[in-house]
Amino acid sequence: MNRATLLSRESFVELGARARAQALLDPGTFRELAGPFDGLTSPWLARQGVVPQGDDGVIVAKGRIDGQPAVVMAIEGAFQGGSLGEVGGAKISGALELAAEDNRNGIPTRAVILFETGGVRLQEANLGLASIAEIHAGIVDLRRYQPVIGVIAGQVGCFGGMSIAAALCSALVVTREARLGLNGPAVIEQEAGIAEYDSRDRPFIWGLTGGEQRFAIGLADRFVEDDTAQVRDVVAALATAPVDATPRSEQYEHYLQCITEYVARDASHQPDPAMVRRYLGERE
Amino acid sequence: MSEQNPVSRGDAWLAALASNAPRLPGYPPSIQIADIEWSGRAARLIAVVPDVASPLPRARHGEVGLLEGWALARAVHEVIDADRDAPVKRVIIAIVDTPSQAYGRREEAFGIHQALAGAASAYATARLQGHPVIALLVGKAMSGAFLAHGYQANRILALDDAGVQVHAMGKEAAARITLRSVEDLEAFAATVPPMAYDLGNYASLGLLWRTVAVQDAAAPTTEDRATILRHLQEALADIDADPHRDLRGRLDGENRSATRRARELLRAQWQD
Repeated sequence: MNRATLLSRESFVELGARARAQALLDPGTFRELAGPFDGLTSPWLARQGVVPQGDDGVIVAKGRIDGQPAVVMAIEGAFQGGSLGEVGGAKISGALELAAEDNRNGIPTRAVILFETGGVRLQEANLGLASIAEIHAGIVDLRRYQPVIGVIAGQVGCFGGMSIAAALCSALVVTREARLGLNGPAVIEQEAGIAEYDSRDRPFIWGLTGGEQRFAIGLADRFVEDDTAQVRDVVAALATAPVDATPRSEQYEHYLQCITEYVARDASHQPDPAMVRRYLGERE
Repeated sequence: MSEQNPVSRGDAWLAALASNAPRLPGYPPSIQIADIEWSGRAARLIAVVPDVASPLPRARHGEVGLLEGWALARAVHEVIDADRDAPVKRVIIAIVDTPSQAYGRREEAFGIHQALAGAASAYATARLQGHPVIALLVGKAMSGAFLAHGYQANRILALDDAGVQVHAMGKEAAARITLRSVEDLEAFAATVPPMAYDLGNYASLGLLWRTVAVQDAAAPTTEDRATILRHLQEALADIDADPHRDLRGRLDGENRSATRRARELLRAQWQD
């Protein structure tokens, strides 16, 4: 890539959630729902000394993608680490359910979720967890009709119950900045010790859970540059493609076999990125 | 009432409800499955139990890890596939007693999030296909483990017992991550129902269909078995009578009004 291309490129990672949603929808079609002026704030944060935000860190926008009806849900990583509380969670699960209802009424609404989240907001613990279960239910329902595309751009990454949501998507798009894992590095280090997981070792963390590795081992479907135009084009192509009959989360026979082989031969060894590629299969 | 010593609450309840039904072979020891006939309906009971000899050292105490997630997916899909053309779908009962998901390097490296998604997806698909799915909480139902095993059920029942706990994270870890002392966390929890660790506060969120008192939550008596079977029966009748296969029954809790408000706003603004 020459310097001119680099300079003309608009970073997607640097955009906030609202601007990301705008960038993915066809020009002039962005319409935000349950927005910052609707007075929907977390009822739980203020009493814990945290200033709530008008959109609770989740943007829901309807519009079109390549002319097709779509809803984009974008999590704002800059608000409380992109954590999901009651309101933000209800916005995502509610939008997914309305999109599925659209499809049952003959309107082919598809969905894009922009993940930038540490998972459950611990200040709203059980309502975050419950709403994430409802998001899972919504994705599994909607993806029968139309694609549900996940994007992890960075820099927060995607963790906790929302990493499960990402893994339920019809297709997942990642950048080099992205990280995808169930447990955040700091939590693993606290639970299991620094020898198990050194949360400060960036090459180690990205090597195992970064976008490039997740794409290489087939746990993500597209690896893109941090380029808004490219992200838009890739998402549009996936969002308008026919639905996959066997999403990754249904491929239990394949994954059970891979894990069983690792367990039989190498379970006593801690894996490195190359070992994982050997057992899960490396993408061409 | 089990012949052998149960290894956990989940195992004890599986043994109690399954009576003499054999455990299904071909699964990791941490995934215990029994198929039963129960008041004229076929049901599959599934429990995650500790396997102290697990080859994956971070998943030896009943955690849901790589093997457990994918094996749960298989156990549920087996039922879905077998009943594909059946007019009456068999019941799936998740017996929940899981301290957490597995925290470890092997787990992250091989994609534990995808394994848990496999399990959650299987339960959600079973529910959408018309299988009555019931979760019975007999011990801890924590975080990612509960998302994978139980939280996709049509109805959730919990034993009314202090050992039954639903939460996003254990107290000590939650305190560290939110930079508070355990004492502060507990003080907050007392005034913030979704943060509380007790079942009473959890019930106020509206997520439980019913709580059931038993004599011994750790070692069910013959009477406890009969009690729980009766409540499961009522849950099943409630599901059978319900035209919906989604999770809307969880939205009515007294401490969930912001959820309802967000959904009403979305619906009012949805159509272009």
